[in-house]
Amino acid sequence: MLSFLSRRVMWMVVTLWAVSLASFFIISLPPGDYVSTLQAEAESRGEMMSDSQLSALRSRYGLDQSFLAQYWKWISNIVFHGDFGQAFAWNSRPVSDLIWDRVGLSFFLSVSTLLFIWAIAFPIGIFSAVRQYSPGDYLATFFGFFGMAVPEFLLALVFMWAGMRFFGTSPGGLFSPEYQDAAWNLGKVLDMGAHLWLPIVIIGLSGTAGLIRITRANLLDELYKPYVVAARARGMPEWKLLLKYPVRMSMSPFFSTVGWLLPGLISGETIISIVMSLPTTGPLLLSGVENQDMYLVGSFVLILSTLTVIGTLISDLALAWWDPRIRHRYEGG
Amino acid sequence: MLTRNHKPAAPPAEADPELEFDAAAARSSPWRLVWRKFRKHKLAVAGAVVVLLAYVVVVFAEFLAPTSTSTSDSTLTYAPPQMVKVDLSWSDGLQMYVNGYRTERDPETFEQIHTLDPDLRVPLRFLPRGDSYEMWGIIPWDRHLFGAAHAKDKVFLLGSDRQGRDLLSLIIQGSRVSLSIGLIGVAVSFLLGLLFGGVSGYYGGAPDTLIQRVIEFLMAIPTLPLWLSLSAAVPADWGPMMRYFAITTILSVLGWTGLARVVRGRFLSLREEDFVTAARLDGCGRIRIIFRHMVPSMSSHVIASLTMAVPAMILGETAMSFLGLGLQSPAVSWGVLLQEAQNVRTLETAPWLLIPGVAVFVTVLAMNFVGDGLRDSADPYKQ
Repeated sequence: MLSFLSRRVMWMVVTLWAVSLASFFIISLPPGDYVSTLQAEAESRGEMMSDSQLSALRSRYGLDQSFLAQYWKWISNIVFHGDFGQAFAWNSRPVSDLIWDRVGLSFFLSVSTLLFIWAIAFPIGIFSAVRQYSPGDYLATFFGFFGMAVPEFLLALVFMWAGMRFFGTSPGGLFSPEYQDAAWNLGKVLDMGAHLWLPIVIIGLSGTAGLIRITRANLLDELYKPYVVAARARGMPEWKLLLKYPVRMSMSPFFSTVGWLLPGLISGETIISIVMSLPTTGPLLLSGVENQDMYLVGSFVLILSTLTVIGTLISDLALAWWDPRIRHRYEGG
Repeated sequence: MLTRNHKPAAPPAEADPELEFDAAAARSSPWRLVWRKFRKHKLAVAGAVVVLLAYVVVVFAEFLAPTSTSTSDSTLTYAPPQMVKVDLSWSDGLQMYVNGYRTERDPETFEQIHTLDPDLRVPLRFLPRGDSYEMWGIIPWDRHLFGAAHAKDKVFLLGSDRQGRDLLSLIIQGSRVSLSIGLIGVAVSFLLGLLFGGVSGYYGGAPDTLIQRVIEFLMAIPTLPLWLSLSAAVPADWGPMMRYFAITTILSVLGWTGLARVVRGRFLSLREEDFVTAARLDGCGRIRIIFRHMVPSMSSHVIASLTMAVPAMILGETAMSFLGLGLQSPAVSWGVLLQEAQNVRTLETAPWLLIPGVAVFVTVLAMNFVGDGLRDSADPYKQ
């Protein structure tokens, strides 16, 4: 187990190094840089920027150096000083501050979405497998396909339109206008809850649909195996028979998704957040991409991939803890 | 191939009624068995019909769309959908018509508001003359399947958009990009996935380790930022065609890893099968073993995973274009059309702008059904 762990961690470091280089490279792909974005904005306002002004800006941000030099400057600051650089478009505020400001909501959104998904998907999936081809199963199957086929942002748009049309309020944003600038009180918290349940349901829907399908398929594979028949032949009560082994096996997807919580904390469900104007980290990322804010996007990608890699490791460990067969394979290999 | 293993040495002289079914199954080729099993999956068959119809629309888009994508009427922006009505009392038989628009100005905002006037009738007919086009770029014609009987009349069966273009025509013409991007993207990622997955699974050892690391590396990069940055990297001055291919490439570069895993897994399990060992003992070369024995017996699984990959690509294109990072107007795709619907205020005036989303939903749903049916029937010998 220990040698497995150390090998994995070693590969993780190599992968992360490759990811950091690749992400920095991808961000530098678009022609021009942040200063040329500034220039274009100034020109669209009818102002002109002189060449000396531009080159002063470039050297201030280090944009006149070679790609590798820029990369080194960026990555060494992160590794040695924990400094992710500054976001150009945000008056050079530190990237870490910007991200931290928004992590809270992203965190809350992804944790509650995941809990929502698990709470709904597992019972339905198990029911749907045990009562295969019952009306309930057909309903769950239909719901599963529905959830996988409808794009999340479309669902968000439909809900927002319906809210506007039938209730006269826009469900977007985090607070109603009257609470926007108010200090925190019970009313504001309740108001935020009233705004947040909808994104949670929308984001959770496709995840729920997928997990129902997986749980059902896994459980169906297990339900007809000889060990289940053997246990039944020995007179084991049906509920115990079901919960003790087949359900345990079908819970594997639960453990292989635990690790996704980590990157989800930061990625903040970009598209939904943009459509419903929620101040999570997602829209920040999109604006960073549009402005060619290299340090902001680069740090984002780096943090996200680090969390993905760590999350995958956590998932694998959780799975090994849950399923002795997998544990055995790790120990053997 | 598998067929040979299941063909009886000689046709049975007398068919035993109890064995008849099995004998018929034993004589049929694997593909026929897959088809038989697939046919039992009603939803999958229905899905297949819908998908086929959708691709018929793609092929004949210019003819089926009532107008071209560039036809617009700036006096009729955000016009509501019209319902086709049939008048049986018309003097020369049956007459189809829609109610025309009456335009008023909102006294406060001075916005134009179009409402349907029950007294106005715009006659419709099959095969009217309309915008001229070139079918598949070669056959010039000006007839459309259905539309206003007089070319000067405007008919918006699904309403019109911000520029006064017919939404129905836009959806039909947009299907070409939206539905082909999935096919081409999947074809590219299929080639990559088959190549790398095959090498990885068949040879094992060092090539396997290397390819697995590359896949892990690609999967470790979070999808959305990668998408966003890659499509931001596509130069803005590229034409619609170039942009289209760039987007397809981005989608397939990200999409092949999942397929490679499937192929690798199949290769790993097939490598140990008796028939592969038998072929090896018979002195078959590696290439022959792979292409003559292993690929045919895994092709149904691979096709099933391919079918599941197409809708994912369609959703990917839609999301990218929706965010304004995929295709851009004047190119028409379902995602580009949905971009118009991004604003809740706009939706309040023109909720029909969400209809392209219905098109996305229906095709993706149908494709998922087909994929599900294929997966269930992929192994016809499994009971």
